[in-house]
Amino acid sequence: MAWLRRHLVIIVGLLVMLYILAPNFVVIAFSFNNPAGRFNYQWNQFSFDAWTNVCGVPGMCDSLGLSLEIGIIASLTAAVLGTMVAFALGRYRFRARAGTNLLIFLPMATPEVVMGSSLLTLFIAMGIPTGRTTILIAHIMFCLSFVIVTVKARVASLDPRLEQAAADLYANEVQAFLKVTFPLVAPGIAAGTLLAFSLSFDDFIITNFNASPSSVTFPMYVWGAAQRGTPVQINVIGTIMFLGALAIVVVGQVLSSRRSRQAV
Amino acid sequence: MAVNTLAGAPLAPQPAQPGEGKRPRRRGAYVPYLLLLPGMLWLVVFFLVPMLSLASQSLQTGDVDNGYTLTFNFATYSDALGTYWPQLLRSLIYAGTATVATLALGFPLAWFIAHRSGRYKNFLLVLVIAPFFTSFLIRTLAWQTILGDSGLLAQFTAFTHTDFLLSGFKSVLHAVGLISNDQLLFSPFAVICGLTYNFLPFMVLPLYANLERLDQRLVEAAGDLYASPVQAFRRVIWPLSLPGVVAGTLLTFIPATGDYINSVLLGSTQTTMIGQVIDAQFLRVLDYPTAAALSFILLLLIVAFVVTYVRRAGTEELV
Repeated sequence: MAWLRRHLVIIVGLLVMLYILAPNFVVIAFSFNNPAGRFNYQWNQFSFDAWTNVCGVPGMCDSLGLSLEIGIIASLTAAVLGTMVAFALGRYRFRARAGTNLLIFLPMATPEVVMGSSLLTLFIAMGIPTGRTTILIAHIMFCLSFVIVTVKARVASLDPRLEQAAADLYANEVQAFLKVTFPLVAPGIAAGTLLAFSLSFDDFIITNFNASPSSVTFPMYVWGAAQRGTPVQINVIGTIMFLGALAIVVVGQVLSSRRSRQAV
Repeated sequence: MAVNTLAGAPLAPQPAQPGEGKRPRRRGAYVPYLLLLPGMLWLVVFFLVPMLSLASQSLQTGDVDNGYTLTFNFATYSDALGTYWPQLLRSLIYAGTATVATLALGFPLAWFIAHRSGRYKNFLLVLVIAPFFTSFLIRTLAWQTILGDSGLLAQFTAFTHTDFLLSGFKSVLHAVGLISNDQLLFSPFAVICGLTYNFLPFMVLPLYANLERLDQRLVEAAGDLYASPVQAFRRVIWPLSLPGVVAGTLLTFIPATGDYINSVLLGSTQTTMIGQVIDAQFLRVLDYPTAAALSFILLLLIVAFVVTYVRRAGTEELV
């Protein structure tokens, strides 16, 4: 009983961990299912079919391609614009600072359905047809704040003496930026870009408001499939995404720990 | 000016020194605005302006075929509220319940990771964000597999002869009205379970960031002064963790209120949330003013909630 009390927080913590991860295990396991009907909700029999024929279902790989394309363009654009804003906030004094911070915070505190629908009313009022471009505009908009917050934290943690040291060593401003500042901020930019990509790639609600039937992203495809019948290939994509991202994180951790060990 | 151009490169490092500040200040004056301009313009045009266009759309009358005119028709608001207040109320209740549940589940987990996980800390943190790596629609669909009548949960309890736990749990849920028959799936319980699941990391991460800095010695000191564990939690841990709690509850409650993916995939027609109504009015019924009015009401509710909540919790720093 005393043992139970001492370890209660660990037991509860591990149970919550299980709650967080259980759906991922289900997604992976059911990518090897051969369902009896149209829906992949009940285990039937083990099969590699979906893995050997990933693009076998019509439309899915096209939607995947569109999501990748939008994710890459949106995250890179948001990274460039967001990094500029982050530097302005981290490095300069200027008027309207509070207003700027508020404008950056607001999109993160607004429900997606409000952002998606309000953007749609703008496109309707301006007579702009929805499609690939409007999805891109929306994605860059909601990715921006997250990039800014991520990069700003990195800029703020920079030691200003490093740039002064570069200047003392006769580096001009451009050289100091390229050789000292940028490499130090780069991990923050990379993290912000990856975050933006994953937000863009995974977004359904805002996208659904600003898409057209000819611009179906992967989450929209999955949404439609949930009504029509879920092909096993969806789980294959889910599994690949999960393992791929996990690999990126592990490699990143190993690299950064090796670098910090070298630094010491 | 001429001196500056003549001096050229060797003088460039000078800005770091005080007294020479005149030149860089004047030259740097427009730099931050140039850096801000594209990003902030994007947010103004595609975030702020749409809010105005949403407000304007909600006060217009007309239809899709003949166009709309701004008539300041506030009746749309009262009509929309009169028709859809149950869905609005339900969204707030579901999101509120899910927020309390994420707090109840997230607090022990954040404490465990911050203070009891030893060298597995980073590993566990990666596992907390790992679910994000798979599309959340796919993960939400996985709950259908888990909660279904002959789903994994039912199979697991049957296999381990713990069905009595599951049926006990079900009768509790039945008693509080979260399920209406013997079915777990397609019920308010399933929707709240999905919302809790989807937003749990948003609660755990700020809580972890906060609890990690909490000095363990304060808890020990409370124990030395004869505080029971419950008292130590109430008087020491909880007040110190409030900033994390505020951040976590905002990050959970706001998106959960507008979410309709969980209520569509895991709920029934009895669990319709307001996001679902807005989506349907905009994209299927094509009643733009009603949809815009509902969307605007949701926005106002959220703003009112955030302002009062943050004021009462007493934390001004949000980001």
